[in-house]
Amino acid sequence: MSKPRVSLLWFVGTLVFSVLSMLIPLPAPLQPFKPYWPALFLLYWSLESGDRVTLGLAFIVGLCADLLDGVLLGEQAMRLCAMVFIALRFRSRLRFFPMWQQTLAVLALLLNDRVLLLIVRTFAGDSLPPATWWISPFVGAALWPFLFLLMDDLRMRLRIQ
Amino acid sequence: MALAREESSPLFAGTVAGTLRLILYLALAMVLMVLDHRNGWIWRLRYTTAVLVEPVYRLASLPAAGMRSLSVAFSDRKMLTEQNQRLREDLLLANAKLNRMAAVAEQNQRLKELLDTQHSLDLNVQLARVIDVDLGAARRRMLVNLGSHDGVKSGQVVIDAHGVMGQVVEVMPRTSLVMLVTDPDHAIPVVVERTGLRTVAYGTREGDLLSLPNISMAADVHPGDKLLTSGLGGRFPPGFPVGEIQSVEPAASGMFLEGRARPAADLDRSDNVLLLHDLAEPVGPPEPAEQAGPPADLAPPPPSAASVAPPPRASAGPSTPAAATTTNPAAQP
Repeated sequence: MSKPRVSLLWFVGTLVFSVLSMLIPLPAPLQPFKPYWPALFLLYWSLESGDRVTLGLAFIVGLCADLLDGVLLGEQAMRLCAMVFIALRFRSRLRFFPMWQQTLAVLALLLNDRVLLLIVRTFAGDSLPPATWWISPFVGAALWPFLFLLMDDLRMRLRIQ
Repeated sequence: MALAREESSPLFAGTVAGTLRLILYLALAMVLMVLDHRNGWIWRLRYTTAVLVEPVYRLASLPAAGMRSLSVAFSDRKMLTEQNQRLREDLLLANAKLNRMAAVAEQNQRLKELLDTQHSLDLNVQLARVIDVDLGAARRRMLVNLGSHDGVKSGQVVIDAHGVMGQVVEVMPRTSLVMLVTDPDHAIPVVVERTGLRTVAYGTREGDLLSLPNISMAADVHPGDKLLTSGLGGRFPPGFPVGEIQSVEPAASGMFLEGRARPAADLDRSDNVLLLHDLAEPVGPPEPAEQAGPPADLAPPPPSAASVAPPPRASAGPSTPAAATTTNPAAQP
């Protein structure tokens, strides 16, 4: 297979993997610690190969996630769109941040995402979630450096863009 | 294309086009959300895309299922080595045998319980397996592996050996979604077994309890009272255990007593559930029989028979022992 095709497959594969890992059930005590995988992977790709990640792609990934999650059609599409928009806008700055600053930025993005979700849920008539609900962005941010380095390393080894 | 524009001023990329597109997408998402919230589109969409959606669910449930079978395999091996060691050490053969007997006896007991609910009440049920998928963590719902192809209809009651678990809310061709009684959106009309008091049990947002928010102050309700379905409302057939009252306290408003009840069904532990086929008697007079058209002997075999009483599914029979035996070791504490 040609190199562009392999890299495209890899790109799509990671996104599919992220949506799948969102669906994988965890034991109840670990549930609040589950990071929002699609957001992390989309963030990685929007930083690393910003010409492939567009708002439309984020919207489509979000719609697929919504379709699988079955909560509210368009909810994750909106959240991912907003997140990717911010990431793309500050892309050139985020890319050259040292890792700890980047992690903080990711934490801010994930927290912002949670706030958006909270707003949507409130409009939909749900009550306030428990405090453990806010753990997930922190877990996601803590995993960010590892995810980033792992993905970068894999990309280097596979020699794909 | 728009990104090329952003690249042209990389540090302060404040292009209007990008913002406009964001607004467009956000507006689109909001329109979708509102329409979905009003009309429940997502499930119609899921039904039509079920060919794509369901394999994904199976795929996502693979790690959990794998973990479970792996733990079963390892626990079996551990049991065997333990037994072996014991045999070699002090030849307490009888002891080891007894240990195994206990496991089998427990399994037997569980199977009997399941069969009991099937036979003693002469219910028309279908055994279903729970598919382990995380559907919106805040909700208390689960997927089961039967769908419209197996004759499942929306509104069917789901029970286990101990009581009511919930009801089917959405049906796809091969899977269906069950709303548990503890879901915040769920309400079930109940009757207190001891006194006959009717009330409604709602799901709660925090945890595994049922809430009975409007018991009148003078009512005679105590912790330990059993709750049964009352059959009012025409959704749940009467007489199934729902839960047991844990505590009764004055509500925050001071006008009512608020009860907390623990669900009778093993909501967390059940791997196999039963889908009830006979729905409660519909409210109102029965529907008039359809007798329009040509005489019966000219017509092809009537389709109405199938719609009135769904025949017991052939698939439920063979799947019962296999499914029950595979899950029993995992269910043991």
